Amino acid sequence: MEERSIDREWKKGSAELLLLSLLEGVPRHGYEIGKLIEQRSEGALRFHAASLYPLLYRLEKRGWIQGRWVEKSGQRRRRYYRLTAQGRKVRASQRQGWQTFAAAIGRIIGVQNA
Amino acid sequence: MPEWKEQIRKQLAGLNLAPAREAEIAEELGQHAEDRYAELQRGGAPDADARRMALEEIGGHELLARELRTVERANAPQPIVFGAQGNDSIVASLGLDLRYGFRTLRKSPGFTMVAMLALAVGIGANTAIFSVVNGVLLHPLAYPDPGRLLLVFESNADFNQSSVAYPNFLDWRRESRSFTDMGAIRSDDFNFTGRGEPEHLSGEYVSSSLFPTLGVALFMGRNFLPQEDRQGAACTVILGYGFWKQRLGADPDVLGKALTLNAKTCSAIGVLPADFRFRESAQVYVPIEQFGSIELRTRESHMGLVGVGRLKPGVTREAAQAEIASISAVLARQYPKTNAGHGARVVPIMDDLVGSIKPTLMLLVGAVGFVLIIACANVANLLLARSTARKREFAIRAALGAARGRILRQLLTESVLLSVGAGVLGLLLAHWGTRLVLAAAPGSLPRSEEISIDPFVLLFTLAVSVVTGILFGLAPAFLGANANPQESLKEGARGAGGGRHRAESIFVAVEVGLAVILLAGAGLMIQSVWRLLRVDPGFNPRKLLTAQVALSPQVMTNPPAILPAYEQMLARVAAIPGVQSAAITSLIPLSDSDTENPFWPGGGPQPTQDQMTFAMFSIVTPDYPTVLQIPLRRGRFFTEQDNLASPPVIVIDEVLARQVFPGQDPLGKQIGIMVLGAARIVGVVGHVKLWGLDTDDKAKIRDQIYFPLSQVPEKFATEGALGLTLVVRSTPEPLSMVSAVRAQVAGPTQDQPIYTVRTMEQIMSGSLAERRFTMLVLCIFAATALLLAAIGIYGVMSYAVNRRAHEIGVRVALGASRREITGLVLRQGMRLAGIGLAAGLAAALALTRLMAALLYGVRPADPATLVAVTLLLGGIALLACYIPARRATGVDPVAALRCE
Repeated sequence: MEERSIDREWKKGSAELLLLSLLEGVPRHGYEIGKLIEQRSEGALRFHAASLYPLLYRLEKRGWIQGRWVEKSGQRRRRYYRLTAQGRKVRASQRQGWQTFAAAIGRIIGVQNA
Repeated sequence: MPEWKEQIRKQLAGLNLAPAREAEIAEELGQHAEDRYAELQRGGAPDADARRMALEEIGGHELLARELRTVERANAPQPIVFGAQGNDSIVASLGLDLRYGFRTLRKSPGFTMVAMLALAVGIGANTAIFSVVNGVLLHPLAYPDPGRLLLVFESNADFNQSSVAYPNFLDWRRESRSFTDMGAIRSDDFNFTGRGEPEHLSGEYVSSSLFPTLGVALFMGRNFLPQEDRQGAACTVILGYGFWKQRLGADPDVLGKALTLNAKTCSAIGVLPADFRFRESAQVYVPIEQFGSIELRTRESHMGLVGVGRLKPGVTREAAQAEIASISAVLARQYPKTNAGHGARVVPIMDDLVGSIKPTLMLLVGAVGFVLIIACANVANLLLARSTARKREFAIRAALGAARGRILRQLLTESVLLSVGAGVLGLLLAHWGTRLVLAAAPGSLPRSEEISIDPFVLLFTLAVSVVTGILFGLAPAFLGANANPQESLKEGARGAGGGRHRAESIFVAVEVGLAVILLAGAGLMIQSVWRLLRVDPGFNPRKLLTAQVALSPQVMTNPPAILPAYEQMLARVAAIPGVQSAAITSLIPLSDSDTENPFWPGGGPQPTQDQMTFAMFSIVTPDYPTVLQIPLRRGRFFTEQDNLASPPVIVIDEVLARQVFPGQDPLGKQIGIMVLGAARIVGVVGHVKLWGLDTDDKAKIRDQIYFPLSQVPEKFATEGALGLTLVVRSTPEPLSMVSAVRAQVAGPTQDQPIYTVRTMEQIMSGSLAERRFTMLVLCIFAATALLLAAIGIYGVMSYAVNRRAHEIGVRVALGASRREITGLVLRQGMRLAGIGLAAGLAAALALTRLMAALLYGVRPADPATLVAVTLLLGGIALLACYIPARRATGVDPVAALRCE
């Protein structure tokens, strides 16, 4: 129950920032992104493919990331996404905003933000 | 693993993605599902569970479709679904519509051909008339800034625009400030000798300022110098391009060479450009001061001279008019004897050139517009019939989701395609038609050499075609697009909605109505021309040959020899076998020349000019009334005894006799004639319609005076001897006499030419050319209209009979007779025709009034014409209804009812 509520309420606001952060410096494909979110949140956050990919497409359409089909020997081709210059700017400003927001929430609810 | 993709595609189906995009998403998500599936298996999940979970993750509960819809729908290109409304590009769908339209039209060649032909006739006729209007009225004249060029005339009580006395022109030119410069021009004939056959040339006397005023740059050589335009200067001449090219073989060294004109040696100094035209295009141009007549120096004589002025920038025509008028007023005070009552009038050069033909052309523009509307109505009806046949097609489209606007657009594309095709065909028709019409009416149109199919005309045709296509396509398209799919798809659904029938009936009524108007117009023109042909001109025009003649240069330089030379020439011509009689005159009836001269009753001294009246003045030899068969009313005509030694005598016509001597015997009375002095009236002859068969009755100057050639004073003999016309009455056809006459006129010295050889009947029919042209064109239009209207009625009635076959079958089965069935159909058709007829007659009554000026001897609301039109159209309509009615009686009730 608790996990579901995190999924629903928090993911929406932060999903874009998560994706942009994960693509920082490294092009990744959709499945890898989904896995990384799950791993790094230690299972607290999970994206269904059904919402992950539409989100990727939306960001691509906005010009923040760019997808490209890459063929590696012995594998089926995959679509790798990388950050565009515009995407980097957006990521930086979103991260800034998130930190301010999280700190403010922390002060109010009495959690010490490290 | 293809089954992933299959599953994903199923979920994407509702999104209407572009095929390529759909494949891409399916591949990427398929890859994801594959990875997840492999991972779950590695984690030890059973195969079926792993598969189910992987699938659920990528699209369980339609989550994928829902999420994607918001992302992908925003501006994803849509597949083109025919007939569907969407935000697809207009251009792409236009191409599609065009291709589809082409195919549709090709599938029904009969319909396409008939529709295209009807439209081509309409568009072609419009193009032809527009190319005439374009050439005659719209093309700018070939001078720089032609809008600022004005012709300057004198005006008086009798004439709005009369020619100008040369001294008055010189005063205008000196005094006026409205013009950058003024020029003068006067047409005259020249005898060209010394280069083989003697020849007659059309020429102009011009002031040295004329060409600079017009802004004409010479093709080669130079303009006249002011000092060459002085009395006593050596004669110089500027050549017309055509004359230089054809007669002088485009001689490049022509400049400085001598030409003998009117026995005077003139050296060529320039050649005009090929496109130069001023009123008439002449062959040679000579400085006006070379015109030797003393009459050039008097303010009494107005020797056909016209002034031309170029407005200074910023000066309006009204201002120029006011200024010239005030200068004339000063002259009238200064020279009351000659200038009293004389004003001035400026006229834009274009108005002068084409003003008279403008109403005719405007009439034709209106008429040809009607023809096009009729053609449109006809094709609209054809399209309506077709759209009924295509109802199922539209219904299926509508049922498959095609929006009304989309169907409408496609139908309009089809009709525009049709009309543009017809436009191309129409251009061909116009090309031939224009040539045909111009050939049928030679010389009746000013500037006809400007008429051609130029880019402007092409643009017009394109515009007319497109507008036409939309016009006739609109109603059928609306009705087609509005089809109710449910109704239409019902098998055996019969007939169409009331809207269609109403539209059809309106179109037919409009066609009939417009045809009535055109027929009435054509009928009135036919009546006018027919009546004119039967007008008595006051002489007998049959078997009369006319030819202008000129005397040998040797004779011309010796005035006492001139009269004997003419007498000998006449004697030689009269001796030709087949010639009944021959005479010389200075004025040919109906030939557009005017030789009005002021006179005053009584032999007293000459009064001031505003107290004199004008008469048409002819200098003739004694046999003139015999040759023309002009009846002698009283007294005698001239004899050989009337010569320079005897007192001057004149013969007047009956109009002058009635006007000046009402209730008196004019014989023996004196009349004073300007320049010539007093003369005694010895005879009265019948009136001759000099001005024209139609216009003479209304002409301002109708009095006529004949003066004997043998009494022309020697000082006027030289100029009087120029431009005289020989008239010959012969027993055989006049034109067969030409070579014999030419040989006898040439005389012993072989240097006396004849020119402008015409029969009197040619001159007469030429004087009717403009009216006949109008009549001819209107008749063609009216016949076309009649044909189209007949086809329209026939088509609608045929269709009605087909549609009502079932009903008719029932009636027959219930015992209706053949006559009843025929009557049923005829009544329906004739009701339509009747409505159109009534409306058309009302409109014709209003519109024919606009052509009153073109009519002769018939009122615009001529009952006979209107009755004839009604009968003709009614008859044709009846026939067009009768054929379908006959077919209706052949309906087999059993067959008709079996269809049910």
